[in-house]
Amino acid sequence: MTTGAPPREGRGRLPLLRLEGVGRDFDVSRPWLNRVLEGAPRQLLHAVDDVSFDARRGETLALVGESGCGKSTLARLIVGLYPPSRGRIEFDGVDISDPQARAETARLRRRMQMIFQDPYASLNPRWRVRDIVAEPIRVLGLASDEADIASRVAELLRQVGLSPEDGDKYPHEFSGGQRQRISIARALSGRPEFLVCDEPTSALDVSVQAQILNLMSDLQAQLGLTYLFISHNLAVVSHVADRIGVMYLGRLVELADAQELFARPRHPYTRMLLDAVPDLEMSGRQRTPVAGEVPNPLSPPAGCAFHPRCPHANERCRAERPALIQRAGSAAACHAVEESRI
Amino acid sequence: MNAVPVLEVKDLRIEFPTRRGTLVAVDGVSFSIAPGEVLGVVGESGAGKSLTGNAIIGLLEPPGRIAAGEVRLEGERIDQLDGERMRRIRGRRIGAIFQDPLTSLNPLYTVGEQLVETIRTHLPADAAEARARALALLSEVGIPAPEARIDHYPHQFSGGMRQRVVIALALCAEPRLIVADEPTTALDVSIQAQIIQLLKRLARERGTAVMLITHDMGVIAETADRVAVLYAGRIAEIGPVREVVRGARHPYTVGLMGAIPKIGAGAGKHSSRLVQIEGAMPRLNAMPSGCAFHPRCGKSFDRCARERPEPVPVGANLTACWLYDDRRPAA
Amino acid sequence: MSFRSFWNHDLAYSFRRSPVTIVAAALTLLCVGGALLAPWIAPTNPFDAASLDLNAAFAPPAWIAQGGRGHLLGTDDQGRDLLSTILYGARISLGVGVASVLFALALGVTLGLVSGYFGGRVDAMIMRIADVQLSFPAILIALLVDGVARVILPASSHDEIAVPVLIMSIGVSGWVQYARTVRGSTLVEKGKEYVQAARVIGRRPLAILLHHVLPNVMGPVLVIATIHIATAIITEATLSFLGVGVPPTRPSLGTLIRIGNEFLLSGEWWITLFPGIALVTLVLSVNLLGDWLRDALNPKLR
Repeated sequence: MTTGAPPREGRGRLPLLRLEGVGRDFDVSRPWLNRVLEGAPRQLLHAVDDVSFDARRGETLALVGESGCGKSTLARLIVGLYPPSRGRIEFDGVDISDPQARAETARLRRRMQMIFQDPYASLNPRWRVRDIVAEPIRVLGLASDEADIASRVAELLRQVGLSPEDGDKYPHEFSGGQRQRISIARALSGRPEFLVCDEPTSALDVSVQAQILNLMSDLQAQLGLTYLFISHNLAVVSHVADRIGVMYLGRLVELADAQELFARPRHPYTRMLLDAVPDLEMSGRQRTPVAGEVPNPLSPPAGCAFHPRCPHANERCRAERPALIQRAGSAAACHAVEESRI
Repeated sequence: MNAVPVLEVKDLRIEFPTRRGTLVAVDGVSFSIAPGEVLGVVGESGAGKSLTGNAIIGLLEPPGRIAAGEVRLEGERIDQLDGERMRRIRGRRIGAIFQDPLTSLNPLYTVGEQLVETIRTHLPADAAEARARALALLSEVGIPAPEARIDHYPHQFSGGMRQRVVIALALCAEPRLIVADEPTTALDVSIQAQIIQLLKRLARERGTAVMLITHDMGVIAETADRVAVLYAGRIAEIGPVREVVRGARHPYTVGLMGAIPKIGAGAGKHSSRLVQIEGAMPRLNAMPSGCAFHPRCGKSFDRCARERPEPVPVGANLTACWLYDDRRPAA
Repeated sequence: MSFRSFWNHDLAYSFRRSPVTIVAAALTLLCVGGALLAPWIAPTNPFDAASLDLNAAFAPPAWIAQGGRGHLLGTDDQGRDLLSTILYGARISLGVGVASVLFALALGVTLGLVSGYFGGRVDAMIMRIADVQLSFPAILIALLVDGVARVILPASSHDEIAVPVLIMSIGVSGWVQYARTVRGSTLVEKGKEYVQAARVIGRRPLAILLHHVLPNVMGPVLVIATIHIATAIITEATLSFLGVGVPPTRPSLGTLIRIGNEFLLSGEWWITLFPGIALVTLVLSVNLLGDWLRDALNPKLR
């Protein structure tokens, strides 16, 4: 009985977020002088490459992948911490990656917030909790009267399971899980409808992780939020997601409904990831041993980036990069799947 | 099998004297590991699992100190040895593997040089024999093309390969015990599975006892034969891994198992809420009376706040909980 | 317990455990107290031309046979009471020291924040200037700035503007270490998620710099500043000793030492010795305090 769902602005049938061919390069060249002296060329790291997907209103879309797969970069592209090098990012039907439309973009970005991974780095250690939580309210001008702000902060703290008195404390007085609650309260204080959650529980102990995951799912139901949930942990993702995208070396290799992905994984990389998850049920299920490691992203393999580790790779996989192809409820970027070889 | 365990820890107590009083970080911890056995030590941050491991290998950071109890390696007490004698045991009879493979290796020497030096420190071998042995170790831990890789520097290896080198380094002198502290935490899942397989195989083939410290119950379930669950510096429950994972008795273990998201059990959203244990692990300076878990426990009763439970046999496990005490008054 | 009281608590503890620091603090307090209260505790006012008594010049300290006549530490070449002159001189030395550190701090912190946060060409430019400046001794930079200022400004105003020019030249010679430290910390803080969170909220760079980054990079800067005060006092003394500092009519400790130096060989040793002792005591105790502060605030060194 706190706040109702925030008012939605029209265009209800469009996806809330749409990415089209989004890519981001980072210049990781040596400094200019070294390049000249050593004759080394410029080096570009394709952190995210040609990623397209939609996020529907009210759903949880998860992105999984191992370190260096570009999932965190993608999260930062969406909330505007970096501009994309290529492609379009649309929010509620409007291109927010267009640097020309600053004013419009800024207005739309108010409707999205982000929750970060490290609860020890995501709160300014010199600020009191009440000021941390109130910052979006003040900056976005949602309330100007100090009494209104204070009561809104108290309400938010209660909503995330803290007490209003906690507002007087500093972040270092809280445990990791409590800090993550503060982070969530800050994200909610701007009344967003879309939350990008970058590994929100991976720094937490399991019992605390359960508290935070449950809290996030309660808040989603109460406030009608849409989540983009980034994680390396398939088990966590299977618990929260409606749909799941699997990333490998900056590209989306599979996108499917959660049930479908776990029941019928299609891309060989997805299968490998699932096989690598420790078997907690101790069912003694048969597992194919995982082979190889993620290649250096600075010199990704030609063709399908996964081909050196893939048991089904053939000549085509080594030469031609597969596109993400939709087929009966799930999409995979794999020649073998497309040719029905697997 | 012979009765002498490789490692035996009895009533271990680790204290940190501070100017605001002495903090007890680990108290009354007892367990043993048989040859070829993998004992998982699991707990959340602050449970004292790494401290226990460091105390065993003699690398407790001052001012931390072993205040009571004993640690026996193959029957011989090692908790009171001086630094020099402990250093000789470490490496020779106990191998250590830490979380971050990068800091365990010296960046200025090739992995071959580091392996050869360790081998020659602990075993009588000339340079050629030591190098041959280093090559054998590298191939045993699954490093492809060891002849080429042996002269590479640590930074030329990937994270997973580096952790393999660290394991090879720990194996140099054929230790009887390996203490592995979060060996897979810094690695990606696909690499983690490979390292788990490797540890398991080594224990089985070489008869090495392994103490595997981790926060990840999944890793334990995959690797360990027995598991000790630590909470607030004490053992809550210890027993065969299958019994602890599937038939936990202690309310903390039950909660911990329920809190872990699982794939498969009707995957998909809103399938089930995770079990949540309210609150957080107590800080060392605010340890609750009686059973340290009682403020977070749904089943606690008045005795839990008063008296501290000792581990007692419940089924195949030892469980430190008053629920399983026969003298429990009918409530 | 609030953050502040906890923090102070630990600092107070480490202070109590270090006798050297306690002595240094007492000496600093004595020097600073003497300097601040000079107009009230000094026997005479050496800046008052009416009090000059050339007949009383070169009087040795009171405890020496032919000394006395009410001048505890004797008098200088113009008959000024040496104790009073030292107290007033310390006032000028400390004032110039603190003011030039504040100047260097403001300049360095601003440039460091801008350099670290915005990066790119601005950063490259600021840091190259810093590199070039670091390849000259600080005293040379101070001399250069001082010289340029004297050329530009009209000669008639030299005495009045001597102190501000001195502050500026010492300040300009010392900004680099602040800029470098702040730039480094800013790079670290900028990467932290709380800064990213502020950006996602839509805060502007200036607001992020002032409200988020600045409070988190000031710790090391304050330690540097404490130690820098000692260096700045020395630099001021050196400049004054070289004759480009404060005018002899309003002598700082350095000026006094220079004046005394001329008479050192003719037997009037006290004119240079006592200001020298005062300078060493002041600088050493401030330095020791700074060292302690650095160690106490840096948990890695404990």
